[in-house]
Amino acid sequence: MKQYDKLIFELSKKGRMGYSLPENKLPEYSFKAIPVALQRSLETGLPEVSEPEVVRHYTNISNRNFGLDTGFYPLGSCTMKYNPKINEEIAALPAFTSLHPLQPAETAQGALEVYYNLSQSLAEIAGLAAFTLNPFAGAHGELAGLMIMKQYHMKRGDLKRTKVIVPNSAHGTNPASAMVCGMDVVEVQSTPEGTIDVEALKPLLDETIAGIMMTNPNTLGIFETEILEIAGLVHAAGGLLYYDGANLNPLLGQCRPGDMGFDIMHINLHKTFSTPHGGGGPGSGPVGVAQRLVEYLPNPQIKKEGDRYFFVNGKDAIGSVSGFAGNFGVMMRAYTYILSLGKENLRQVGELATLSANYIKESLKEYYELPIKGICKHEFVFDGLADKSTGVTTLDIAKRLLDHGYHAPTIYFPMLFHQSIMIEPTETESLETMDEFIEVMKKIAIEAIEDPQTVKTAPHTTPVRRLDETTAARKPILRYVDLLNDTPES
Amino acid sequence: MSTIVKGLYYAESHEWVKVEGEFGFVGITDYAQHALGNVVYVDLPEVDDDVTQGDEFGAVESVKAASDLISPVSGTVVEVNEKLNDKPQLINEDAFGNWIMKVKLSDPRELKALMDSEAYEAICE
Amino acid sequence: MHNYFPQTDADIATMLQRVGIGSMDELFAEIPESVRLRKDYDLPSSLSETEIREFFAALGDKNKPLTCFAGAGAYDHYAPAVIAQILLRSEFYTSYTPYQPEIGQGTLQYIFEFQSMISGMTGMECTNASMYDGATATAEAMFMAVAQAKKKNKVLISATVHPNVRAVVDTYALFKGIEVSEIAEKNGVTDKADMEAQLAVGDVAGVIVSTPNFYGILEDYSGYSEAVHGSKALLIMHADPSALAVVKSPAEWGADIACGDGQPLGMPLNFGGPYVGYLSATKDLVRKLPGRIVGATHDVDGKRAFVLTLQAREQHIRREKANSNICSNQSLMALYVTIYMALMGPEGLKKVNELSYSGAHYLLDELVATGAFTPAFDQPFLKEFAVRTTLDVKKLQSKLIKKGMLGGIALGSYKKGMEDCLLFCVTEKRSKAQIDQLITIIKEEML
Repeated sequence: MKQYDKLIFELSKKGRMGYSLPENKLPEYSFKAIPVALQRSLETGLPEVSEPEVVRHYTNISNRNFGLDTGFYPLGSCTMKYNPKINEEIAALPAFTSLHPLQPAETAQGALEVYYNLSQSLAEIAGLAAFTLNPFAGAHGELAGLMIMKQYHMKRGDLKRTKVIVPNSAHGTNPASAMVCGMDVVEVQSTPEGTIDVEALKPLLDETIAGIMMTNPNTLGIFETEILEIAGLVHAAGGLLYYDGANLNPLLGQCRPGDMGFDIMHINLHKTFSTPHGGGGPGSGPVGVAQRLVEYLPNPQIKKEGDRYFFVNGKDAIGSVSGFAGNFGVMMRAYTYILSLGKENLRQVGELATLSANYIKESLKEYYELPIKGICKHEFVFDGLADKSTGVTTLDIAKRLLDHGYHAPTIYFPMLFHQSIMIEPTETESLETMDEFIEVMKKIAIEAIEDPQTVKTAPHTTPVRRLDETTAARKPILRYVDLLNDTPES
Repeated sequence: MSTIVKGLYYAESHEWVKVEGEFGFVGITDYAQHALGNVVYVDLPEVDDDVTQGDEFGAVESVKAASDLISPVSGTVVEVNEKLNDKPQLINEDAFGNWIMKVKLSDPRELKALMDSEAYEAICE
Repeated sequence: MHNYFPQTDADIATMLQRVGIGSMDELFAEIPESVRLRKDYDLPSSLSETEIREFFAALGDKNKPLTCFAGAGAYDHYAPAVIAQILLRSEFYTSYTPYQPEIGQGTLQYIFEFQSMISGMTGMECTNASMYDGATATAEAMFMAVAQAKKKNKVLISATVHPNVRAVVDTYALFKGIEVSEIAEKNGVTDKADMEAQLAVGDVAGVIVSTPNFYGILEDYSGYSEAVHGSKALLIMHADPSALAVVKSPAEWGADIACGDGQPLGMPLNFGGPYVGYLSATKDLVRKLPGRIVGATHDVDGKRAFVLTLQAREQHIRREKANSNICSNQSLMALYVTIYMALMGPEGLKKVNELSYSGAHYLLDELVATGAFTPAFDQPFLKEFAVRTTLDVKKLQSKLIKKGMLGGIALGSYKKGMEDCLLFCVTEKRSKAQIDQLITIIKEEML
């Protein structure tokens, strides 16, 4: 295929058009009633292009993208599982997509039923009392969840609880969400095995602690076996437990966060419940809570009375975190997924995802350094190559994988190790796909010793090769007009 | 191998101070710029800001890391090195030749809490 | 095995053997038995695709399709057929965030185009890769203003900003510890004197206004940026990007930050989402912009390429020192509006506004002519307007719904003293015949 690297602006020619609009049947009305002072005089800079050019342009640039449908995405902590096609078909049904968010409940009972039933299904899977589906993403769910935690303490008049404990292995969003929620972060150290150090936790649990944020299994793919003791300690100290649902996938069918003692959690529908990542979104980050926190869920809150569904604003709610009621189209997909799998298949997800991760780990541990041994859950972390003598880094390995038609794993996270390579295969990859990936990973490990230069300069076959990120950050060019005006530095 | 300049005061957080009369010029050490890699941005303080020894006064960013700048001295910022706005790479090219802020020192006795070049060299090893 | 699971029994046996265990159960041996789930979820059994289709068709029948004369933050504009089809290219929708730019140029390039186009519409110098929605984008704009001001912790928000946007701003502010003070409204527009009085205290970091405002009114913001900048605060303007094709842009009003929702750019109503928030600012504020930003650069061979840039501001590096916790964008929805803006171009968007304007003004005239409606405000508007009515608002709405029409939004639940008001919106999708039909139904109600 020919190389294509045009921007849409570079196809523009005055006089071309890509739209089809009706004639104005009311020509007597014109903008004249708008004072000139309120009218725009600045050019918009939008391109003028015809429909076939637009179609070909975006089709061509899609070919410069790797997606799950292109190949294997062993991206740790991201749960890149197959995105079922029926989900897309259902989400596109005009009976749902044409609904205005403010139309009366009696005219949107089908949509409200989807919202209600999905929230109930998630509550059953999580072992919690109720869910809001309003948050737009995982990090947004974290924020809403922490607001609920803070609101719980404030409503009890317990105003000194302003600190949240976060493990040093946590996703970066955890401490950032706490900051946005106006809370202070206290880090708790991990043991050499990567789990929370319970002895280090104990002295932190005073009357200023609002709660703890945990991921279980944690970012190393290790189940926190001390969870019941931790839950007991945190609750006894008056705090709440927040569960970061980014790693929920392996627990499907195995155990429920609510049963482990968690009070609040978010779920990433775009991870565990198969909705597409869309190149970075839209996602959805429903938040579930234990019974005593239900009244604090954000507005609008879903209710059911008899056979009738409707939204209300609760007086003790944290407030609103979204303009309307979340990414409804994403909910349609997740609900379709839950119904497609049903209870029989949902419980297999955790088993198959966990088995697949362990299979890859065991197959590669001679070639890559495995700092934490034993059974992992849905993902595991290598700390770079077993033989690091040639200076080939995790970044080099990641880039070399691109040459072989794979997406790279998550790299340099968690920060507990210097050369982290985090691999998560999910339950939707075949044994053959994993075997091919394993062979390629071995080949790269051998190549790193025999021909390190080739690995260090990878990728070689991708549409573009390694980028100059330093210049991009020093001299940001963030729009087309800046690109036109950019003169190379002498 | 990073260089160290004699005659300056050093902080454990890898800032240096060069004292001229009642003023102190503050920058980051060669060791620090090596550790950061290519500097892409320096978040400068503003003139007239008050800074306190041991407190943050700005940040230095590389492509995938950010490091807070900790003031080794207390006082009032009288000048910032505007050249770093356009050319943050000057920090990489010559960390000791490119100060970040000039501070009118409020308490020169604080300098005693800092290290000399020998002591700093020892902690960089 | 379910059709989403490729493993055969033999495959599972092979994997168990490699792992060195005898059963699946051993994979979870370390989980305390007291919390192991030893039963199926209390959920329905698996449905086949045919059953799924029937299930959702039946649910869809419980929704009532309505001809939309409502706006209030979600607008029923025309969507060219191209967009939905391109969005189904799975190279786009099944991809992750482009952390590996060598195989993510498709996503990176359309985000660069999105940033360029939104910057063009708002007139601002930089735009990020998109936000969740217009309301959260406005809350993030507030954070930017407070971060920029360093020691000031208060923002002013006009009473004419959409109440749903206001609600999100209030929530974010409450928990972050930011004070929000309302600027009063007067005849449907921001009371400038009230803003100036509040600014005079000198403790304000930012001022939030909107164009068009909640009532659809095009406010005159002359002198605002001078007043706001005079007290070392930032001017934040929430704007409908579709309207910006014809109405004065945030940059022309002297705003420092522009924010809003991309939904009016041809996106389906979708019961409230997914939409796409946008956030633009002046160049000086680029390092305060939250979220992802794509920049142009080149690869080792000198080929032009695009990459996520300025990442050191973000949560995965800054953790609790980041200005925001956002770690995603509404990427696919950004692609949606990018294709929309490409197809419409400057002329198409002008035409969309002209048609909407004509229809809305015609509807207002016809409503007034019935004798039961008067304009709530005497102010210029584009496609949306508030009217007072002598009819019973609830009864009128029910009647319209019975006839398949979503009439105006009742303003009583949003604003005190507006219990007899309705907010109507007309887009280019509404034909003259539909407007006439609406009027006919209203006249029937008056009998």
